[in-house]
Amino acid sequence: MTLAPDPFGSGLGGGQAQSADRATNLGDILERVLDKGLVIAGDIRVNLLDIELLTIKLRLVIASLETAKEVGIDWWEHDPWLRGDAERRELAQKERGRRELTAAEQTQEQGQRAHEEAEEEPEPRRARRGKNS
Amino acid sequence: MTGSQTVWLYAVTRGDADSSPPAVRGVAGEDVRVLTEGPLTAVVGSVDARRFGPDVLAGHLENLDWLATAARAHDAVVAAAAARGPVVPVRLATLFSSDDGVRELLRGRRGDFQSALAAVTGRAEWGVKAYVDPDSLADSLSAPDAATVPTGQSGAGSAYLMRRRAKLAARQSAQSAAGEWAQQIHARLRPLCAASRLHPAQDPRLTGRRDWMILNAAYLVDQDRTEPFHALVRQLTEWQAGLDVELTGPWPPYSFAVPEGAQPGERHG
Repeated sequence: MTLAPDPFGSGLGGGQAQSADRATNLGDILERVLDKGLVIAGDIRVNLLDIELLTIKLRLVIASLETAKEVGIDWWEHDPWLRGDAERRELAQKERGRRELTAAEQTQEQGQRAHEEAEEEPEPRRARRGKNS
Repeated sequence: MTGSQTVWLYAVTRGDADSSPPAVRGVAGEDVRVLTEGPLTAVVGSVDARRFGPDVLAGHLENLDWLATAARAHDAVVAAAAARGPVVPVRLATLFSSDDGVRELLRGRRGDFQSALAAVTGRAEWGVKAYVDPDSLADSLSAPDAATVPTGQSGAGSAYLMRRRAKLAARQSAQSAAGEWAQQIHARLRPLCAASRLHPAQDPRLTGRRDWMILNAAYLVDQDRTEPFHALVRQLTEWQAGLDVELTGPWPPYSFAVPEGAQPGERHG
C-alpha cells in the first residue's frame, strides 16, 4: 500500500483526526478545494469569478476524463452514486467519446482497406487515432 | 470593516465549538477570525479587496503557482477548523463584501448547515485511489495463444493484423479486469462507511504516475471504524499483483459538504 503523506499521522485510533500540517499531493487538494466543498454565492460579484474558476476546473477535470477515456475506465458513468455536475460533464464527454470512437473505427477501416490493397507492405500505415474535438 | 477589505470564507462550524480562531494564517497571510451567529460559526479572513477583487482574482486563479499556494492555505485553515470539531468546508474563493454578508448567510441557511454538520460529526473523509500498472496487467492476462498466428496463405500483412488484434484484445481485457477490480474495491469498502463518493480519475500530470488510476473515491468514516477501514485498505493492496491502493487523509469532509443527491447549482443564492 502506498501511504500518501502522513495518512495515519495523529489520526489513527480516534480523537479528532484532522492534522493541520499534512504535506499532501497538490492534485488531491485542488480536486477538493476547487471541485468539492460547499458552493456559496457570496455577495461579491462572483459571476466573472465563477466563469474563470470553471475554466480551470474544466481544464483539470476534462484532462482527467480524457485520460480515463483513453484507458477505457469509465465504469463510474453508470454508477448511481455519482451525481451532480460531474455527471453532466460526463454526459458531454460521453457524446464526444462516441464521436471519437466513430472516427477511430473509420480510421481503422481505412487502414485495413489500405492494407488489403498493398498486401506486401509489412506495416500498414494507420492514422493515429485523432482527437477531433 | 473598511472599504479596502473583503471577507474570505473558509468553513462553517458549530457555534458551540471552541470559538477562538484556529491558529493558522489564511490565503493572504492574514489572521483567521471567527464569526458566531446563533448555533453556527463561520471561519473567515479579511483580505485586501484590491488583491482579491473579482477581476484580479480571476487572473490569479489562472496562475497555477498562485492557485497552488492559495489552495494549500485554504485547506490548512479548513483542516485546522476540522481538528476542533465538525466542519462544512466551503469552496475556494467564496467572498463577501463584509462580515454582515456572512452573518446573513449563517442566519438564512441555518438548517442546511446544521444538517450538513450533523452528517459529518465524528467522521472524517478518507481518499482511496487504486492504480494498476497496465503493462504487468496486460502481460498477466494475455493468453499464450494470443501470440500464435496462423501462417500459410494469409501472408505477412494478415499476420500483422492478427498480432494487432491480439494486442488490442489483451489491452481490452486488461481494461475490463481493472474496472472489475475497482468496483470490487469500492463494494468492499462501502459497508464500513457512513457515505461514499466516486470521483473521476485524476490526470497523470497531477498524480505524477503513469499507472492507470482505476478508482478515485472518498469515504466518510466514523472515527471508531477508522482502524477496520485502514486494515481493509491494507488488505486490498495485497489482493492482486500489479494493484496499488493509496490512502489519503484524514481530510475535512470536502466531498460530503453537499448532501448526496443535491445539485451543486441549486445551492447558489
